[in-house]
Amino acid sequence: MPPLETPTELPTSAVPTAIPIPDAVIRVWDLSFAYGAAPVLEGVNLEVGAGEFLGIVGPNAGGKSTLLKLIMGLLVPQAGRIRVLGHPPAAASRLIGYVPQYPSFPRDFPITVEQAVLLARIGGRGRQHAGVSGLRNPLPGWLAALRPGGYGQADRAAARQALEEVEAADLAQRRIGSLSGGQLQRVLLARALAGEPRILILDEPTANIDQRLEGDIFDLLRRLNARLTILVVSHDIGFISSYVGRVACVNRTLICHRTDAIDGQVIRDLYGESVRMVAHRH
Amino acid sequence: MSEFLTALATQGFLQSALAAGLLSSIGCGLIGPYVVVKRIAFIAGGIAHSVLGGMGAALYFGQSPLAGALVAAVVAALLIGWVRLRWRADEDTLIGALWAIGMAVGLLFIAKTPGYQTDLMSYLFGNILLVPAESLWFMAALDAVLLLLVLAWHRQFLAVAFDEEFARLRGIPVTFFYLLLLVMVAVTVVLLIQVVGLILVLALLTLPAAIAGHYVHSLGLMMLLATVIGSAVNLAGLALSYGPDLPAGPTIILGAGALYVASALLAGFLARQRARRAAGEGPSASG
Repeated sequence: MPPLETPTELPTSAVPTAIPIPDAVIRVWDLSFAYGAAPVLEGVNLEVGAGEFLGIVGPNAGGKSTLLKLIMGLLVPQAGRIRVLGHPPAAASRLIGYVPQYPSFPRDFPITVEQAVLLARIGGRGRQHAGVSGLRNPLPGWLAALRPGGYGQADRAAARQALEEVEAADLAQRRIGSLSGGQLQRVLLARALAGEPRILILDEPTANIDQRLEGDIFDLLRRLNARLTILVVSHDIGFISSYVGRVACVNRTLICHRTDAIDGQVIRDLYGESVRMVAHRH
Repeated sequence: MSEFLTALATQGFLQSALAAGLLSSIGCGLIGPYVVVKRIAFIAGGIAHSVLGGMGAALYFGQSPLAGALVAAVVAALLIGWVRLRWRADEDTLIGALWAIGMAVGLLFIAKTPGYQTDLMSYLFGNILLVPAESLWFMAALDAVLLLLVLAWHRQFLAVAFDEEFARLRGIPVTFFYLLLLVMVAVTVVLLIQVVGLILVLALLTLPAAIAGHYVHSLGLMMLLATVIGSAVNLAGLALSYGPDLPAGPTIILGAGALYVASALLAGFLARQRARRAAGEGPSASG
């Protein structure tokens, strides 16, 4: 990374996000959300184009994870609108593959890797019901999810393929609890991919794994970006800026920057104070 | 033991008792694993004790106490489940309140019902030796319903038990399946009440599944093993209590409890063995 210089004026690198992108897969207008009394997000506007690789950065409790949850329909905003592939978030969540930062299940749960990945096949395949804009005559999600019985051949094949893609095929029969942090991360990514999503959302994918493995994950994401739109929340701006095309800085509000324009002033504005820069050499 | 076996061959009530024990084992084998892995034992306990309210009311109004139990159990399950899903707050206190209120209401009704005091003990502690034939059919029907639901929707129940957030993203109606699971727990509680009574129901529901969980690593195998273990402790409890004329319910639970402690010690010992062997093989490549 080149040495930082303190600019004397406001950054001109901010890319306006309100200009509509024709093939936007995610549109957010004037989004505001509060958990209790204090607002977490205010007046957020965002357009994500098909095939983009977007990085989302910002300080802790700045609203990054909340924004993801709103996009996925897990939370409902108090103000504003969200459209994912032209549909309200809850209807389109099947088309999103989500990799959470922390596993929301107990590690000693009696389940194998293959069984966990197969769970993504409940509720119908994302692509099968996807038309040009997203969902065409979608079977109501809950109806597809009520189908009784076991998995079909296609389901098992999709799960196997997803595990192969993340290079975790040899872990298929292992218990979830016996995996290392890096292995679990790959399995959660396979679970997200097994549903054949159009959009991949990852929340801090490298926070809990070794630094030397960070590059592996992001190289994989770059390959996946050829067919998927990807949103990555990360605390490590310097690292992800070498992979993503645009960076959304979220600290209650949202400002986008081209990655080549991220510099010290941008970061100071975002975090509110000087931040140490760590240069990555892989 | 031999006097038990000869009695078993000749006495109808003992055969009914054995049938009741085996039928209840199917229920606790199917549902116990969900209670253990999803850590809802406290909820199950709350449902179990609030059942007395329904039984007491049914007795007072001259209805079948089992029917009253079923209604009360389902109502308690839905109430607890709804509070947990909508508010996620103070569910512990609510469960404790339902637990106590249900018991109190039931005891009040029973106190005001003329001439049925002896039934109270069999509701609280079970009386497997007095299970009537129509109760056996009722239990078999409940078992069939539970088996059908689990076979049909085992993937969805696994998804909701394992990772509710991800299940919601897949479009699985988590509210529906969570409440259905709690209702199935309620049904199983009613199933088990006749065998061990509502005070000890929680033990029979969770101990066989917890023992199974030490050794198998899939929910399906856990259910199979829990059913086998449940049947075994029922049979052993019946046999051991027959000679010395002890109440069967507590004997069954004592057997299950002893087996659990032994199993936990064994599982701990085996885990330490594995760790010692793994360390002895030298440093392995990290994942």
